[in-house]
Amino acid sequence: MPHNTVAVVGAAETTKLGVITDLSQIGLHADAALNAMAECGLKPKDIDGIACAANETPVNLAHYLGITPTWIDGTSVGGCSFMIHVRHAAAAIESGLAKTILITHGESGKSRIGNPMRSVHPQSLNGQFEQPFGPMGPPSMFTIPALRYMKTYGVTVEQIAQVAVVQREWASKNPRATFRNLITTDDVLNSRMIAYPFRLLMCCLVTDGGGALILTSAERAKDFPTKPVYILGTGESVETPLVSQMEDFTSSRAFRVAGPTAFKEAGIAHKDVDHLMIYDAFAHLPIYGLEDLGFLPKGEAAAFIAGRNTAPGGSLPLNTNGGGLSYMHSGMYGMYALQESVRQMRGTAAAQIDGAKISVCHGVGGMFAASGTIIFSNQAP
Amino acid sequence: MATPGRALPQPTPETQFFWDGTKANELLLQRCDECSKVYFPPRPFCPVCASRNVSVTKASGKGVLYSYVIHHRPVPGFTPPYAIAVVELAEGPRMMTNIVECEQTPEALVLDMPVEVVFEPQTDTITLPLFRPASTTTAKG
Repeated sequence: MPHNTVAVVGAAETTKLGVITDLSQIGLHADAALNAMAECGLKPKDIDGIACAANETPVNLAHYLGITPTWIDGTSVGGCSFMIHVRHAAAAIESGLAKTILITHGESGKSRIGNPMRSVHPQSLNGQFEQPFGPMGPPSMFTIPALRYMKTYGVTVEQIAQVAVVQREWASKNPRATFRNLITTDDVLNSRMIAYPFRLLMCCLVTDGGGALILTSAERAKDFPTKPVYILGTGESVETPLVSQMEDFTSSRAFRVAGPTAFKEAGIAHKDVDHLMIYDAFAHLPIYGLEDLGFLPKGEAAAFIAGRNTAPGGSLPLNTNGGGLSYMHSGMYGMYALQESVRQMRGTAAAQIDGAKISVCHGVGGMFAASGTIIFSNQAP
Repeated sequence: MATPGRALPQPTPETQFFWDGTKANELLLQRCDECSKVYFPPRPFCPVCASRNVSVTKASGKGVLYSYVIHHRPVPGFTPPYAIAVVELAEGPRMMTNIVECEQTPEALVLDMPVEVVFEPQTDTITLPLFRPASTTTAKG
């Protein structure tokens, strides 16, 4: 598998984030793609691979952007699809299937222009064995394992609320973050109850936006105007479409496969990691991620976060854009986590970690259904 | 009994036996004839060893409350707040359900408390398996 032989040469988000009423969903894809192509000086004829997820397929985007691909990937397994696109794109470039690959995401998650609501089919496993019991989307499903985790490890809701407090500190440093005002643990615990034990401020935002990445070989990357960000290691896995059927409610099997696969490929140790992104659709996810990726023993991540180790000035800066809890979350957040890792490696993040050389970006899809992990470096091979 | 508006399952050929079972007030699982794994949700082969030699087995209907949330937002067929729960059956598999005949509060919904299945008809063809706190010797009113 690729190791330091492929680089990100283009990375951009949509011009605006938040509530965007003048673009449809495919328009958000295109806005991000045009921004990424412009910053590295590419035109549609220079792109020979394209990947995107959900209801905008590679067919839609190739047509819309005027691209004639020799390689496509429509992997769509929820919000970590983009990590998996990066992994597949790196392998494709390494093996010569394409030279310059564009990965796009756009999502009209708030305004829902050109983004119809999806329904669960009553003949599907979800439709038969979960939907009849009253879940309505991620806030009532992704959260179901948390009480079991809390009982198993003696973790309190106050500790989980700290995840939101700390990430707001990061968001306060980021002009593009949706929510920037600092909050306290009491603010979180006094916010509206959504799905006990989860309150509003422990749940992600719902916004509009998009992002795009352009990858090519590390060799070719030297000729681009942007600072190359190299791909050191990658991993992916899936577990189950039914949150009720997770093997272990205190841990994600998909995390435990994707994360260590990426670390092994990168040939790095946890102490080598300068910056970390863990997809935070809900406040318990960074806790599961820190443990399943091997940064901490089981049961210790909540206290680690509450102890300010991942906060500004801490030893392991985590979700430095403010995360899905405070920065933005259009529904499939993984693209924005990848963008922040690339910014940190380029040295252009709003809350830049001085001297950061290695960034780990870990994504989840569905309700612990899927996972993808990418490890980046700014050090030339 | 029925809760209008609640999303209802549509059985498939692979799951029809399960929904026929709940209609007859039986909770049916499957057991692999080769490796003995008891599993859920239904499929006509063993998810551990891939054997197609599997048998339907009637569950005891006993289990424990494994995890849950108490949902506070409106959903058709439900009156918030209501718990969306996962129970662990005595036979091993876990399944999503609702806990009935019980206050929908953290104080009343205690993890690992014993629960037992109750069958709640929704339509002429669909009966849902729900769970209530387990009775000791006599059924609770």
